[in-house]
Amino acid sequence: MSVEPALLAVETTAPADVGAFARARRDASVLIGAAVIVLMIVIGLGAPVLGTMSPSEISPPFRNKLPGTEQTIRRDDGSTATYTHWMGTDSLGRDVYSRVLYGARISLLVGIAVAAISIGVGLAIGLVAGYLRWLDGLIMRFMDGLMAIPAILLALALVSLFHAGLTSVIVAIVVPEIPRVVRLVRSIVLSVREEPYVEAAVMAGTRTPLLLVRHVMPNTVAPLIVQGTFICASAILVEAILSFLGVGIPPETPTWGNIMAEGRGLFRVYPHNIFFPGIFLALTVLAVNMLGDGLRDQLDPKLAKRV
Amino acid sequence: MVGYILRRIISTVPVMLIVAVLVFLMLRLTPGDPAAIIAGDNANAEQVALIRDRLGLDKPILTQFVIWSGNILHGDFGESFFFKKSVSELIASRLEPTLALSVSTIILAVLIAVPLGVLAAYRRGSPVDRIVMGFSVLGFSVPVFVIGYGLIYLFAIKLNWFPVQGYQRIADGIPGFLQRLVLPSLTLSVIYVALIARMTRTSVLDVMGEDYIRTARAKGQVERVVLFRHALRNAAVPIITVIGLGVALLIGGVVVTESVFTIPGLGRLTVDAVLARDYPTIQAVILLFSLVYVLINLGVDLVYRVFDPRIRY
Repeated sequence: MSVEPALLAVETTAPADVGAFARARRDASVLIGAAVIVLMIVIGLGAPVLGTMSPSEISPPFRNKLPGTEQTIRRDDGSTATYTHWMGTDSLGRDVYSRVLYGARISLLVGIAVAAISIGVGLAIGLVAGYLRWLDGLIMRFMDGLMAIPAILLALALVSLFHAGLTSVIVAIVVPEIPRVVRLVRSIVLSVREEPYVEAAVMAGTRTPLLLVRHVMPNTVAPLIVQGTFICASAILVEAILSFLGVGIPPETPTWGNIMAEGRGLFRVYPHNIFFPGIFLALTVLAVNMLGDGLRDQLDPKLAKRV
Repeated sequence: MVGYILRRIISTVPVMLIVAVLVFLMLRLTPGDPAAIIAGDNANAEQVALIRDRLGLDKPILTQFVIWSGNILHGDFGESFFFKKSVSELIASRLEPTLALSVSTIILAVLIAVPLGVLAAYRRGSPVDRIVMGFSVLGFSVPVFVIGYGLIYLFAIKLNWFPVQGYQRIADGIPGFLQRLVLPSLTLSVIYVALIARMTRTSVLDVMGEDYIRTARAKGQVERVVLFRHALRNAAVPIITVIGLGVALLIGGVVVTESVFTIPGLGRLTVDAVLARDYPTIQAVILLFSLVYVLINLGVDLVYRVFDPRIRY
């Protein structure tokens, strides 16, 4: 990930924004990350046509089969077909390959939803905190309090309040992320509010909401894209952790965390139930993190130094 | 200086107060009678009435908060109806495994991460640097439980070097205690190593261009001494800060690691309490972990401000 000094010097003379986005598209880390994410999206959406069975179909005689076991399935019309369990089956006889493929849906959905919601809410609160000085102290003390609770604990406490399900898991992961976004946005607002173009807009009589949206918000775009990518990665991890601990999305739903939770009991004999979803999970989070690292290096060099 | 220390200590009070308010509100935001929720499904009307009385649930909400926080300041977190014990006793009985795991993880992580980070900075752009940075991205991406099961599979099941799971108290013998601590600490240290190594690299790189490094080299100082005495010492503040901030990650990791290795600590207690919706215990654990987190960061802040003469107030 090193950049030749001479190259860097040449490229920084390019127009700042256009150059940064163009460079980001050529960055190896961005390319690999994006490619793996696209692959996972294809896997998730295409799960039904990728040679899978129903991910929740229970088959008691085919419990705990090792990867590669073949099963002969009798169809309704009397014909038979051979199905190979590439990743084995779990202790209820469900096909792990099918469950892992369908599991990509939940992970990506949670990751993207959490990133979008926490960025949206954090941006709104951060703009207000950074611009309206009288509200700033109150909002930021509240955010400090939220940040003092370790993220996973806060998420655990929140899921304990709601009924288990996709929405409550998303909310539980969003809340701990919001203060971090608020802090970032607020610090950007504070640094641009004294800029001449902002003062000029104030002098010209621009009203505060329009001022924030038109003149202040554009400065937050690049850092928020970077931050959003990292939030997405951590949300995918936290969702898997909650499911794994048995407090997340209900266990029938195929999610990577749930498949692993199911495989815990018989791990010594059948480690495939943990390793296959584990590899998919790690690969996805790694890809999102690589995308984030690459974007940060290109779009937001200042943040690269801070982290 | 004393003024600064006092101000810094006092500044943690509002933070903890807000945490307390949030934790207090947790129960009030759930639909239903808080007393009935605390008592659980098996309680009779008499027990519910007793709790209602003790928490002052018929009084205004502000009074309720004062009663509740007053009890907590006296170390009284209420009764856990699920575990049939007072929450304070419950926490005391789960403290040792979590402390042992956290302390050994921090020591292990610092011992591995700091030299790795220094090495990566020193050999910037080399394969060594790339491996360390690659490991660091990987460490952030592979979930704690996957690492845990991977280590169990390799070292406990295949190689049979360590016990698969479980915990042994120090009082029952130090060798067994240490032997059972190796895999969980390694597991938990991965993400922490990733974090600290990355920060060490950045921060050492920052000071390597300084004049005093050139001076040290010019006078013929050995590179090892230049790196560890001159560079690392001056790069220490951000590294120590990130060790403190990383405690939040560590606490999250403790919850998962204790579940993977069936260690009867506070992390496992938290998960059990959430599964059983045992709110007094959940509240106590959150307050405790947050307090520890805030205090560690207060300590970090004070330590380097006291020992680094360059920082003025």
